[in-house]
Amino acid sequence: MARNHVTTTINGDPVEFLCDTEQTLLDVLRDELHLTGSKEGCASGDCGACSVTMDGRLVCACLVLAVETQGAEVETIEGMADGDRLHPLQQKFLDHAALQCGVCTPGFLVAAKSLLERNPDPTESEVRYWLAGNLCRCTGYDKIVRAVLDTAAEMRE
Amino acid sequence: MVADYGCQARLLAGGTDLIVNMRCGRDRPSVVVDTKRVAELNQIKLSRTRLVVGASVSCRRIWEQPEITQRFPALIDSVTLIGGIPIQSRASVGGNLCNAAPSGDAIPSLIALRATAQICGPNDLREVPVEDFCSGAGENTLAKDEFLVSLTIPQPAQNSSTSFLRFTPRNEMDIAVVNAAANVTLSETKTTFLSARLAVGSVAPVPLFVEEAGKSLIGKSVCTANVVAAAEIAVAHARPIDDMRGTFSQRKQLTKVLTIRTLLKAIKRAGGTIDDV
Ligand SMILES: Cc1cc2nc3c(=O)[nH]c(=O)nc-3n(C[C@H](O)[C@H](O)[C@H](O)COP(=O)(O)OP(=O)(O)OC[C@H]3O[C@@H](n4cnc5c(N)ncnc54)[C@H](O)[C@@H]3O)c2cc1C
Ligand code: FES
Ligand code: FES
Repeated sequence: MARNHVTTTINGDPVEFLCDTEQTLLDVLRDELHLTGSKEGCASGDCGACSVTMDGRLVCACLVLAVETQGAEVETIEGMADGDRLHPLQQKFLDHAALQCGVCTPGFLVAAKSLLERNPDPTESEVRYWLAGNLCRCTGYDKIVRAVLDTAAEMRE
Repeated sequence: MVADYGCQARLLAGGTDLIVNMRCGRDRPSVVVDTKRVAELNQIKLSRTRLVVGASVSCRRIWEQPEITQRFPALIDSVTLIGGIPIQSRASVGGNLCNAAPSGDAIPSLIALRATAQICGPNDLREVPVEDFCSGAGENTLAKDEFLVSLTIPQPAQNSSTSFLRFTPRNEMDIAVVNAAANVTLSETKTTFLSARLAVGSVAPVPLFVEEAGKSLIGKSVCTANVVAAAEIAVAHARPIDDMRGTFSQRKQLTKVLTIRTLLKAIKRAGGTIDDV
């Protein structure tokens, strides 16, 4: 079957690509568009390493078919820093040493950003509930949760 | 398209079951039809008499609506437990029902809420109560050329409320060992049951509507002994299997505990009190 032609917006830029129907958004981001910040941990929606937002809602890019992004607005980790200026969440993850191997980090950052956009003053349990779809094998989560709460406090000032 | 391609076509709602199955080779459709661009399958309509939820409406769109949260608490209990936030942003209640997993977390709540499924075929529309929709583990009663359009839930009666609970070894992101939903309507004084419905999942090939358990409460006083007696009826109907998530006897025990708790929660939400606990 002919490949699909998709027109979409990624991190504010118009993007066009060709893809097969069964190709996921994650495959296209990484293999066709070379946006390799989104990681593949499981390819089954369990780990959150591929978290991106689509029309403002947090999704696993591994469970979205690339063709579904026709006309949508996609935001990935690559759109988070402003040039060389890190997003406050990125800075706090460094300050709190909220990462070790770093594979889960882009997913956590995208997920945390979408939480803070919806709820600028989350409780610890709200942070943990929101991030329950993101797995980390290294940090034990505590530093990640602290970094998110600290960012939220700083951004509210 | 569904009629043309028959069993080769798959409808795509949130894809949280379908894309996983396609990737691991369990499902190999030749055509995938994205239902999220069809208006009727994406509506949420709350009227004086009922709530209509299109088959592809995501869990998240449901919990984002405060009026639904207030009026259909069991549904909200379910859609805030299905996966994590990224799954809830995509997974639909309709897909949960069509997927027909014995553990599907939306299904007991839909049954308790008296939901009906609107189904479209090549020539006509038909409607079935949700408790008659699933036909076996992973199987539903849709014909090859039919699809689910929407789910309709009647507005709650006065002095009624609903609740859903599940048991999993972890707090989040896990498949139910057992789950259960209840719907109770109390008298004006909130001391007598006017009606009740109970549904239990993961204890049979399909989520079970235990009609007798609910009926046993009609006209009875709101007290622990009657709630426990209703739960015993649910236990008697449960015919669970042993698997890696739980054993037969654990599931029987959980059926009792969860049905008691979910009934008590629904009673409390309806404004009833139980003095003897
Ligand atoms: C990480 C993860 C965690 C999960 N956690 C839970 C959980 O806690 N509890 C739970 O119950 N489930 C869970 N699930 C399973 C899944 O998310 C749900 O079953 C979900 O509700 C399915 O909805 P969907 O919109 O994604 O369906 P899809 O995957 O799009 O579709 C499911 C099936 O229904 C068919 N279908 C879709 N729409 C229609 C229609 N209109 N008419 C006819 N057939 C149709 C599809 O062809 C497919 O076979 C989880 C899944 C993942 C990946
Ligand atoms: S790679 Fe998408 S959730 Fe794990
Ligand atoms: S830092 Fe290694 S998985 Fe999270």
